[in-house]
Amino acid sequence: MTSADRRVLPGFRPAITLTVAYVSLLICIPLATLVLKSASLGPAAFWSAVTSPRALSAYRLSIVTALAGASINAVFGSIVAWVLVRYEFPGKRIVDALVDLPFALPTAVAGIALTSLYSENGWIGSLFAAHGVKIAYTPLGIVVALTFIGLPFVVRTVQPVLEDLEPEIEDAAAVLGAARMATLARVVLPGVVPALATGFALAFARGLGEYGSVVFIAGNMPMVSEITPLLIMIKLEQYDYAGATAIALVFLIVSFTMLLAVNALARKSAARLRMR
Amino acid sequence: MAAPAASRPAHRDEHRLLRIALIAVAGAFLVLFLFFPLVAVFVKAFEKGAAAYVAAIVDPIARSAIELTLLVAFVVVPVNVVFGIAAAWAIAKFDFPGRGLLITVIDAPFAVSPVVSGMVFVLVFGAHGLIGPWLIAHDIKVVFAVPGIILATLFVTSPFVARELIPLMETQGNEEEEAALTLGSSGWKTFFLISLPKMRWGLLYGVVLCNARAMGEFGAVSVVSGHIQGLTNTIPLHVEILYNEYQFSAAFAVASLLSLLALVTLFLKAAITRRSRPRGGGW
Repeated sequence: MTSADRRVLPGFRPAITLTVAYVSLLICIPLATLVLKSASLGPAAFWSAVTSPRALSAYRLSIVTALAGASINAVFGSIVAWVLVRYEFPGKRIVDALVDLPFALPTAVAGIALTSLYSENGWIGSLFAAHGVKIAYTPLGIVVALTFIGLPFVVRTVQPVLEDLEPEIEDAAAVLGAARMATLARVVLPGVVPALATGFALAFARGLGEYGSVVFIAGNMPMVSEITPLLIMIKLEQYDYAGATAIALVFLIVSFTMLLAVNALARKSAARLRMR
Repeated sequence: MAAPAASRPAHRDEHRLLRIALIAVAGAFLVLFLFFPLVAVFVKAFEKGAAAYVAAIVDPIARSAIELTLLVAFVVVPVNVVFGIAAAWAIAKFDFPGRGLLITVIDAPFAVSPVVSGMVFVLVFGAHGLIGPWLIAHDIKVVFAVPGIILATLFVTSPFVARELIPLMETQGNEEEEAALTLGSSGWKTFFLISLPKMRWGLLYGVVLCNARAMGEFGAVSVVSGHIQGLTNTIPLHVEILYNEYQFSAAFAVASLLSLLALVTLFLKAAITRRSRPRGGGW
């Protein structure tokens, strides 16, 4: 359909006017204010806020824990997606629906629930505490929270690709003499990799910015277990708007780069799917 | 869809042990990270008995938090429904310069950390903000008051309906609408009698997700709320305060309300998906 005969439909002008006005007022102006405020800081003040040891350690912690959470989800999320698509077992529909729990459960609730589970006298934390491993109130606790938060992303991006995978390709591999494991590793896995990468990137991006579930379990010690969003929050509470703004801008740029990367990845994997 | 296990040829089956191992690993992972947290909320909520549970919920401060959360959702969801329909109508049904950019901007709140989402409104409306002095001069409170909470929630939930409707409208096409218009139906009549019923499942799906996030948002609301008990505390903020005051049972009791909301959300989501299988971007 060309754009000319699309215009047969009415309502373009009011719809686009409302949309542009709304996103300008609600999204663009507030985000632009952040950029403006940072610009008014001056380069020296900006640089010192952004590169203070406390900020650097917060970035490092945010990146490392988000990578760890996304990696755990890449491995176990793929297994969950595989089991949900390929195997039959009782309660499958409920399990499938439950995978979205981290999307539906408010992050504060997830935070206090995970903290109570993984603290030294919690159901799971006590098992680890017996072996001298502390989870809650350490960076490990942050990884636990980010694993929870990122869980649906990998499952929900890999699952539809596995569903659409044509079994004939696996048949062909088997007929040609490939062992089942070899088929999985060399035929199924490569088909899933773009979706897996998208899911990983989404989980990582979400983990970077996550606040609610992390603050309860992290311990929040400066330089040790203080994530970047929390540092921004603390600076705001201390009325250090300049410092908060500078760090938030760095974070915003990272987030948008991730968003564009994810969109590019998604386009790439969609193109691959169409090719087949 | 994958063929049912029974009818699958043998060579497409993994070794029985491998299959059992994979199911066990997936099961253990989900139990550890999904099932236990959910169960823990309800176990902890009833730790001090049903009376304490009820007391935590009917407490006046808890009730005002519940009322505020309902008010926020009551304002935010309809506004974002109207925005979502307008945005999807423009983007899915028409081609125009800057279409790709507009889609990116609509997606932007998903990429922004909740804390940053809240703080941008402090930068605009706060005392030292863009229009803060003007607001103070006219005695209008936005930040650290209910309007700020509504704005921050509007921001974080704005993509949900639009993101659900755009791919749906694109795949559904315009044949029915065009037929109605050719037969002389007016634009609005066509919208209400044809387009709206066509998108109803996708719309409902978006509403369910938007509502869940609107009621549960923590980070963004936390920045703009000011944490005034009985006035600017939503349910998630009330949970945080109770928890930080070591009133664990009460915190989990109030949190169990949000967990029930999450379960209802998951149920509706699964029910709608079974009915229509929208293949949108999800969350």
